[in-house]
Amino acid sequence: METVLLLTHADAGKPALEALAAAIPLKRDGGTLVVGLFGADVQPFANEIAGCGATKFLAVTGAEFTQARYASDAAAAEALVKASQATIVVVPATSRMNRIVSGVAHRCGGRADTHVTGMANGNITRWYYRQRMESQQSRTQRPWFIAIDPGCHAPYSGAAGTAATTPVSVSLPTITTQVTGVKAPESSQQTIRPDAKLLFVAGAGWTKKQPDGQAHVPEAAELIMGFLNATKASLGSSKSLVDLSGEGQAVLPFMSHLNQVGQTGSTPRHPKGLSTCCHGEEPHAVGWRFIGERRAINLDANCGWARGKADVLYVADAFEVMRKVNQLLGAR
Amino acid sequence: MSYQIVVCGSIVPDPLQTLEPVSGPTGPSLKNEMMLPSVLDPWAWHALFEAAHLAKNVAGSKVYLVSVAPKAKLQQVMMTVGQKAPFELIVVDGPSSGFTDAAEIAPLLAEAIKGIPGLDMSKLLVFGGWESASRGAGSTMQIVGELLGITNQFQGVDKLTVGADGSFEILERIEGGKHQVSKCAGAPVVLGWATGSLPEPPNNPQIGMQNMRAIMPALQKAKPAKVATDAVKYASVALPKQQRQTKIVKDLPADEIAKEIVAWING
Repeated sequence: METVLLLTHADAGKPALEALAAAIPLKRDGGTLVVGLFGADVQPFANEIAGCGATKFLAVTGAEFTQARYASDAAAAEALVKASQATIVVVPATSRMNRIVSGVAHRCGGRADTHVTGMANGNITRWYYRQRMESQQSRTQRPWFIAIDPGCHAPYSGAAGTAATTPVSVSLPTITTQVTGVKAPESSQQTIRPDAKLLFVAGAGWTKKQPDGQAHVPEAAELIMGFLNATKASLGSSKSLVDLSGEGQAVLPFMSHLNQVGQTGSTPRHPKGLSTCCHGEEPHAVGWRFIGERRAINLDANCGWARGKADVLYVADAFEVMRKVNQLLGAR
Repeated sequence: MSYQIVVCGSIVPDPLQTLEPVSGPTGPSLKNEMMLPSVLDPWAWHALFEAAHLAKNVAGSKVYLVSVAPKAKLQQVMMTVGQKAPFELIVVDGPSSGFTDAAEIAPLLAEAIKGIPGLDMSKLLVFGGWESASRGAGSTMQIVGELLGITNQFQGVDKLTVGADGSFEILERIEGGKHQVSKCAGAPVVLGWATGSLPEPPNNPQIGMQNMRAIMPALQKAKPAKVATDAVKYASVALPKQQRQTKIVKDLPADEIAKEIVAWING
């Protein structure tokens, strides 16, 4: 019998609902579900999930827990885990929880598995070597912390109500870090949209010399931004393109390392992905592991996308095609 | 104020290599793992550049690279890494496999850091990747921090700025392509770096020769580490079966391709 704790900051939103839905089945065979929340005010979220079947709603509240900061968040999480006597701790893999989950597991004498994409039959599923191999695995050590990646589970959607929360006290260490704000990338336009239906990936080809012997970076920027504005797609990049900025070459002004997909970049989740001017080499394509339908535009018919990585490869000039695509989208 | 900057980083297979899992008596591993060419983990690589850059700009600072890895493989990797930035290497001869639990590796790193002669916690900056290209867990640095008693921890760091008063402004990656900005009073801190903001430094043979004088003795005196392999029970490790039947469309006018793409997007 497991005591399952959903542990989250109270403003985690959808990822927390997904983690809750993943946690509920774990209390099978007479186990119990406990919810542990921390933040400035946890009551609204506790009420939202009041019907989830939890036996207790533990809460750490106060102004100190507004900021996403290791020292205070880890102390709050540790107190909640210990108060719940949980054997399995399920957390949403938000940046705030990812920052603390393994440290807190260590404090509680447990072990953590992160970037978990599924759970079934006592095993979790996660990936190794940059999404190149998938593992089904389990642990006997408790407490076992499991961080569920966002977008991998349908969110909890039970009835709301009024949850009776039990306050848990926390012994805070000396706090010497203050969160002072949030900064958008240097580009003025927000191009990373995790909830977008389409991922549009630009490769270094956009900045290279075109058939007329000249590079057309401003036109490339205009075409890409035009497409993003029309479709509300999320913008990704190959490593080679974002690295160009560090090498002093002409770059797309709205592109930063945060846009990078694959290698040292992200592995986003979108139903569809369109790659342009990118060769689809293996290190880049591992970032496409969780993209549903994939299409690519490239001048090279033998590029990586042709080798089973894309559903459709258009052998064509991306400038020409995207110009026409934007015209059609504009005419919509 | 000077800093002792410790970069934690291991080695991973070159990303261009084809990887295949195999099962053995101690759990999964990579087929021909010892034969695969390796590189320094890419996030630790960025952390090392950032550490070297900081040490160059803060007089009296020193960079240490602490690595748990098979020393024969590490020696090969150091031939390249050693030419990039000045550092002192500290080696623990242990596994670099992604299937080794982070909780087994972190104590080895923490002990190696504690063993640095003249270690001063008030000057200590512990750098590393926010995750690795092998395990990709983002766990090791947190546990190292816990074992060293450091509660100023930051993950997904892209920028560290040292203020005139010795405080740090740190940019961490958060959701939606944004950075969280934090102000920290000073050392000790743990920084798990994302890609940072520096390009790869050029090879410098002089630095290479200077480093190699200390790297070889460090490799020779590396102690073998015992690592438990039973913490995780692997039911299966397999390559994804997602090979697609790629339809290659050639000689279609741009107008027609555009129509297909728009229909697909809207479908």
